[in-house]
Amino acid sequence: MTDYLEYLDFLYSALEPLNRRNVALSESTHLVADIGLSSLEVMEFIEKIEDHYDISIPLNILPDVNTIGELALKVGELNP
Amino acid sequence: MLFDKFQTMADFQAELAERDVVPFGAVTEQILSPTEGVVEGHKVILAGTNNYMGLSFDPRCIAAAQAAVAKWGTGTTGSRLANGSFAEHEALEQEIARFYGVGHAIVFSTGYAATMGMCSTLAGPGDVILLDADSHASIYAGVKLSDADIIRYKHNDPDDLAKRMRRLGDRAGQTLIIAEGIYSMLGDVAPLQEIAEVKREYGGYLLVDEAHSMGVLGDTGRGAAQAAGVEDDVDFTVGTFSKSLGSIGGFCVSRHAELEAIRFCIKAYIFTASSSPSVIASTREALRIISSEPERRQKVWDNAKRLYEGLKALGLPVGPTASPVVAVEMTDRSRTIDCWKALMEAGVYVNLVIPPASPSTNFLLRNSVSAAHSAEQIDAIISAYAGLKEAGLFEPAQAA
Repeated sequence: MTDYLEYLDFLYSALEPLNRRNVALSESTHLVADIGLSSLEVMEFIEKIEDHYDISIPLNILPDVNTIGELALKVGELNP
Repeated sequence: MLFDKFQTMADFQAELAERDVVPFGAVTEQILSPTEGVVEGHKVILAGTNNYMGLSFDPRCIAAAQAAVAKWGTGTTGSRLANGSFAEHEALEQEIARFYGVGHAIVFSTGYAATMGMCSTLAGPGDVILLDADSHASIYAGVKLSDADIIRYKHNDPDDLAKRMRRLGDRAGQTLIIAEGIYSMLGDVAPLQEIAEVKREYGGYLLVDEAHSMGVLGDTGRGAAQAAGVEDDVDFTVGTFSKSLGSIGGFCVSRHAELEAIRFCIKAYIFTASSSPSVIASTREALRIISSEPERRQKVWDNAKRLYEGLKALGLPVGPTASPVVAVEMTDRSRTIDCWKALMEAGVYVNLVIPPASPSTNFLLRNSVSAAHSAEQIDAIISAYAGLKEAGLFEPAQAA
């Protein structure tokens, strides 16, 4: 079981190349409103996470995920 | 505000109006034949329909519809589940099942209802749906209603599908895999042999939407699964009557007897009126015709190759292989609209496609051919594109 903080660290590093606005990334950073990810970038980012942890993230969970912290929790649930 | 989210579309419509273009919902004022009409005041060759077999004016189909409207009336005024199952509907279900060589069929009122209905009903809570990322809107709408876990695989990528099936572990067996025979936007064909192999290795169920491939592919026109020789691996085939069969409606066929129970769980089947008997009658006739006149399949492919090679020779970006759908991909919205308008003025109607209906951020001039097009008409379409190229309407990189 990977730790929540480790998930966060991975998400921060995976987001860095997409962080055009140079937002200071934290648990409460909003993926779309703050970082400004397009829907295509969201899908590329999700795929990066999926390949890293060898999981599939169902589309259904995405409406409930707004922040990096919420995503880290979901990835944790999907990667037992 | 409720309406805020529609502002982008309203702005786009205003821009189009200013430029005097009506690419969406262009009104056909007269239809002269399966391949010619008067659209928004222009007499045009219709190169943006899905009339692949060219049957919309077939005298036999028209006669069958006329006889049925006299015999059965204009509409059923009810759902299949209530008063709307006429002998015509039952007969078509038997005939479409026989056409596919399986035991069970459901006829729906539209193709959208067929895919949406099947995709929303087959998988439920706890099940998994693995769909191609470029699936049709009706598939996305259906899976969203399903309460299953929805996972996408990369478009036409069996390796990505296999990876995701492996990741599912024990749940692979309760997974519905969804693919389309021919994808409607770029005309590309699904690698169904490889997808079927993944299913054989990991389990699950396979649903193939043959909306654009029925009539067009396969020895007897059943579609891409027949062409790939993997029909035994397909659990559910869905399709439409509104393309090769020239009418309106949809179907699902299956070798699984469970389809008869599933039928009564599909809301898109239960809570809508059944097709008018005249529509069913012309569909039955069209099904007989595509079975007995394979030369139509040859003709649509001859036309497809002629158009594809012609546009390719002009240096236009048309995709990797010829198909009855030939799309020219553009990156600039404004140029694409200018091209669409210039094609209309040159006497050719095609479809203008904008994201998110197109599979990427590109814009499309989508052409489709029919068995009813003459070689001269195909050449006229190519000439119209050549004229646009000469006028400098294409992006420099695309008109090299």
